[in-house]
Amino acid sequence: MKTLYKMRYLILRRITQVGLLFLYFAANAYGWNILKGTLSASLLFDKIPLADPFAVLQMLSAGAVMGINVFIGAGIITLFYGIIGGRAFCSWVCPVNMVTDLANWIRRELLLDKAERKVWVSRNARYWVMGLALIVSALTGLAAFELVSPITIFNRGVIFGMGMGGGVLVAIFLFDLFGVKNGWCGHICPLGGFYSLVGRFSLIRVRHNQPNCTLCMKCKDVCPESEVLFMIGKESTTVNMGECVNCARCIEVCDDDALEFSLRDFTKSKTKGVNQ
Amino acid sequence: MEQSKRKVDSALKKPKVTERRRFLTIMAQSIGLSALGGIIWTGYVEEAKSAPLTLRPPGALAEDDFLRTCIKCGQCAEACPYDTLIMAKPGDRKPMGTPYFIPRDIPCYMCTDIPCVPVCPTGALDEDSVSSIVDGKKSLDINKAKMGIAIVDHDSCIAFWGIQCDACYRACPILGDAISIEFIRNERTGKHAKLVPVVHSDHCTGCGLCEHACVTEKAAIFVLPREVGMGKPGDYYVKGWSKKDQERVKERNLNELKTKTERSEKKPQDYLNMDEELFQ
Repeated sequence: MKTLYKMRYLILRRITQVGLLFLYFAANAYGWNILKGTLSASLLFDKIPLADPFAVLQMLSAGAVMGINVFIGAGIITLFYGIIGGRAFCSWVCPVNMVTDLANWIRRELLLDKAERKVWVSRNARYWVMGLALIVSALTGLAAFELVSPITIFNRGVIFGMGMGGGVLVAIFLFDLFGVKNGWCGHICPLGGFYSLVGRFSLIRVRHNQPNCTLCMKCKDVCPESEVLFMIGKESTTVNMGECVNCARCIEVCDDDALEFSLRDFTKSKTKGVNQ
Repeated sequence: MEQSKRKVDSALKKPKVTERRRFLTIMAQSIGLSALGGIIWTGYVEEAKSAPLTLRPPGALAEDDFLRTCIKCGQCAEACPYDTLIMAKPGDRKPMGTPYFIPRDIPCYMCTDIPCVPVCPTGALDEDSVSSIVDGKKSLDINKAKMGIAIVDHDSCIAFWGIQCDACYRACPILGDAISIEFIRNERTGKHAKLVPVVHSDHCTGCGLCEHACVTEKAAIFVLPREVGMGKPGDYYVKGWSKKDQERVKERNLNELKTKTERSEKKPQDYLNMDEELFQ
C-alpha cells in the first residue's frame, strides 16, 4: 500500500497518458466521439477543437493559410498550459514520456549514471532545435518537426498502426538509456522547449518546504529536469522554472514531506538558479 | 628575474575572456551546430516531400499547399467509412503523417456526404472545391473531386487485345462520363470490334474504383496524381471550335511569350506576308 502511495502521481500520469491514447484509438476503432484526431489536432466531445500550438506555429512559418478552428484549438491548449498546467504536457500527456521514463528507470537501476563517460549536451539545445524547426519549416514549406516528431509517430502508430515507427521509439529509448541522461525529453525535444516557454508563468507548481528537508537528494536523483530543483535544502519556495514538467516524482520520493503541489509563489526567489 | 617579468607582461596582454565574449562565443557555437543540424534536417524534409505518386483525399489542396496546411491529425482517415485513407507511417515512403490512399487496395468509394472533408480542421481538404451551388445553397458534390486521373496502358489492357472486358467501365461511379467505351476495328480478325475504355479527364475524379476492378495481374488502368498523369497543351494550341477552351487562353499576355523571333514581333497578318523571297 505504501509503495502504491509512493507512486500515486506516477500511476495517475500513466492513466492519463494511456487513457488519452486509448480514447484516440477508440475514436478510430469503435467510433467513440470523446476525443477524435491525434495530439496534433483533435476534437473533444465532437465540439471543442484542440490543436498543438507548436505545430500551428511551424505551419504558419511554412506559409500555411488555415481555418479558424485550428487557431481556436491552439489557443485553448496554450491557455491551459500557460495558466494552469505549465509543462505538464510532457509528463502527463506525451506518450514518448513513457519510453524515456523507462529508459531513465533502467539507467538508475543499472547505475549507468555513475559508470558512463558523460556526453555533455546543453539543456538549452532544445530552444535551438525549436528555432531551427521554425527556420526549416520556412525554408521547406512543411512543418519540419511535425514531419519527424516521435511523439506524433507514436501517437498515430497507436491509432492507425505502427509501421516502422517502432524503430524511432527504440532509437529514442537507446539514446536516453545509453547515450545521454534525459537526452530526448530534457535536451533535444523542441516541443518540450516550447511548453517550457508557454508554462513559464503557470499557477500549479511544486513547493519546497525547506525546514523539513534532510538533504537526502532523492528528489534531484529522480527529477528529469534536476536544474529546476536548485532551491532544495536552501529555501522554501515554489519550483518556478518553466522546464519543470510537474511530474511530481520529487513529491513521491520525498520521505520528509518537504515537497508538495501548491500554487505559484510570486515573490522573488532569493537564491539564483544555476544552470547545470 | 627579467624573464619572469616578461612572462607576467605577456600574460597581462592576453585578451581577457569576458562574460560578453563567452556569451557571444556560445551563441556562435550554437549557430554552428544548428547549421549542421539544419542542413541535414532541410535535406530530409525536401526529400520526404518529393514523393510524386501520392494520391490525396478528395478536396485536397495542390500538393505543395496541402503539405503546408495538413496538420496530420488523421481526422479524415477516421471519418472514412471504408478505411481507404492511410496515415503515412515511417516506412511508407510518403511524407510522414499525411493521408493518402492506394486504390488497388481500397479505392475511394466517393461517398455523397464526403465525411472526410468537413472534419479537416485546417482546410487542407477544401470543402468549397468539392461543393456546388444547388438552388442557391451550397451542397457537397463528390463528382467535383480531383484526386487523380486514371490512365490506361493500352498494351496490357486486354480490351485493346480484342478480348471483351469492361470491368473498369462498369466499376466507374460516373460511367459514361469519366470512362466511355469506344469501338475500334479489330484489324487482326478483320471482322470484330474492340470495345476499349477511354478516360475523360474533365470528369474523372481519380477515385480508383477502375484500378481496383481491373482484372489484369497488375492493373492496366491506374490512377496517378493529376500533375503527374496529365499533359498541358499551353497557350499555343486552342480548340477553335470550343468556347470554353478559348476562355482558357483569353487572359494570356502576349508579352510573356517566351519564343521571340523576327516574326513574332509582328502581327500575324503582317508576318504571313513578309517572306518576300517566296514571291520572287
